[in-house]
Amino acid sequence: MRRSLVALALCLALGPVPGAAEAIGDAERGATLFARQCSACHQIGPEAQNRVGPRLTGIFGRQAGSLADFNYSKSIVRMGADGLVWTLETLDAYIANPKALVSGTRMNYRGMAEATDRADLMAYLRAYSDRPQDIPESEPTARKTDPALSPEILAIQGDPAYGEYLASECQTCHQADGSDQGIPSITGWPAEDFVVAMHAYKQKLRPHPVMQMMAGRLNDEEIAALAAYFATLQ
Amino acid sequence: MHLNRRHFLGTGIAASALLTAPTVWGQAKPKVVVIGGGAGGATAARYLAKDSGGAIEVTLVEANPVYTTCFFSNLYLGGFRDFESLQHNYDKLAGGGVTVINDMATGVDRAAKTVTLAGGQVLPYDRLVLSPGIDFKDGSVPGWSLDAAEKMPHAYKAGPQTQLLKKMVEEMPEGGVFAMIAPPNPYRCPPGPYERISMIAHVLKQKNPTAKIIVADPKEKFSKQALFEEGWNKHYAGMVEWIGPDFGGGKVEVRPDAMEVVIDGEVTKVDCCNVIPGQMAGKIAALAGVTDDSGWAPVDPATMKAKADENVWVLGDSSAQGDMPKSGFSANSQAKVAAMTIRGELTGSKTFPAKYSNTCWSLIAPDDGVKVGASYEPTPEKIASVESFISETGEDAALRKATYEESLGWYAGITADMFG
Repeated sequence: MRRSLVALALCLALGPVPGAAEAIGDAERGATLFARQCSACHQIGPEAQNRVGPRLTGIFGRQAGSLADFNYSKSIVRMGADGLVWTLETLDAYIANPKALVSGTRMNYRGMAEATDRADLMAYLRAYSDRPQDIPESEPTARKTDPALSPEILAIQGDPAYGEYLASECQTCHQADGSDQGIPSITGWPAEDFVVAMHAYKQKLRPHPVMQMMAGRLNDEEIAALAAYFATLQ
Repeated sequence: MHLNRRHFLGTGIAASALLTAPTVWGQAKPKVVVIGGGAGGATAARYLAKDSGGAIEVTLVEANPVYTTCFFSNLYLGGFRDFESLQHNYDKLAGGGVTVINDMATGVDRAAKTVTLAGGQVLPYDRLVLSPGIDFKDGSVPGWSLDAAEKMPHAYKAGPQTQLLKKMVEEMPEGGVFAMIAPPNPYRCPPGPYERISMIAHVLKQKNPTAKIIVADPKEKFSKQALFEEGWNKHYAGMVEWIGPDFGGGKVEVRPDAMEVVIDGEVTKVDCCNVIPGQMAGKIAALAGVTDDSGWAPVDPATMKAKADENVWVLGDSSAQGDMPKSGFSANSQAKVAAMTIRGELTGSKTFPAKYSNTCWSLIAPDDGVKVGASYEPTPEKIASVESFISETGEDAALRKATYEESLGWYAGITADMFG
């Protein structure tokens, strides 16, 4: 008796796939959002083809930039090689601000600001992943977190003089003139994108080990100072 | 020449003493002399000139008008770079307000605060930066001295020695033997000897696949060892034999005239031998009296200032600072801390807490790059490692290729950061 109750509880917890997707957000509302904001470039479903953007069927658990038959930006391929895999967490960050997560992405989309909109959209997308049961919410890598930064962090006015000193460390690899050879340019970025990107490394949402280490030891003021400095570089 | 200059300066001091506002006297600009135009010295000179906006008179003393980077010289040995791609001149530094003197510093008078050059010139300084790289310890490999470097090159200061080693590898007879005598710790570029083995194995695999490589090593273990050993097995199976101290790798003698290497009493005839001797700070650091018994120059971890003299900084390979490896990346990182603190002392500009970092990329085979790195912060005792990372064994080809491409980006970045 006791045993069968436990079994029943497990069934409820894992649930059928649609139930799990619904736990992320409202998939029906997500379908409407997809039709309005994504479908001009992306298809999803068993018959989906690549269009301006890659097909999104089976997006969860896929390495970024890994469809052999799609011509991706260099940046997203590099991110994928560095270990970026699409999970609820990483996809949420990407949809929120594509260029903040993958600087050189060709996805020309301003981002979806509302966390509930993104959750609904992902609930819809997730229904079309090959094995959605592999990514239950309980899995740590798939835990949905809101990477959005507090307004206080975004509002910090960086000290450009401090930024200039800190930036000298960046410029061992990232060339001040904006050249991009194997290492992306960070010159002339809008300050807010810079702050979001650095915090994404600090939180280990972005995958690169050098950048995770560099960002990891910078505090909020130091990130703001760097952003203030790089935003002014021509 | 220098008497005139002293006389002139003396007059200046007298004149300014008479004036109530000494700032009108143009010669009051503080002077920084930088010795050595590599990753430490060139970076320090460039940042001092750039960030002070001309408020500091910066002079860079470097013997070679064209600098050849030691980093990436292994890629030249492997055929992945041409020699010219390693070479950089100082034109942009000179254009950026640095006075570049192509001469050799032969003496430092710390009491008088002057540097003497081989050409006889005497340079006064307010602050001195020493970044002279490495020199070799006499007698560290029995049978070898600098006189033997034409027969058994060290190729550990990039230049003609590197070209000589490449030529010797290419001219090895079919099935010949290449030997490396690896250096004891501490030495420049910890993964360097092993990246070099990889590059030479790559060349031999194509031109001379039955050749053998022997490495005699006095160290129990070496940088990125698991990654290199995995790579050697994968790409150059059966070609590389590493002989550690347990098997006599530390008991070595070389016979350059006979082209023989004696490892733990066993004589081996070799066709090409690369001797990387034990190392110490570049000679001028010892002449300046800032080194200790170890042969390296102890520095203050927060500033890179020599412990022996508050007006002297020592950067890069020559310094003894703690956990940072002796690398171009480290020297470049230390130079920025030095430039900031010197500028603060001389012009009153704002100073910030020191941050240091390093990453070393190595190429094992085409598109098979690996890296190791760490961030560092000063503690009262030393520059201490805070966080580190290293490539993993078994990584996929795409990641290794991206790592290699990243190293190319780094080379372009750091050389732009050094030379402008």
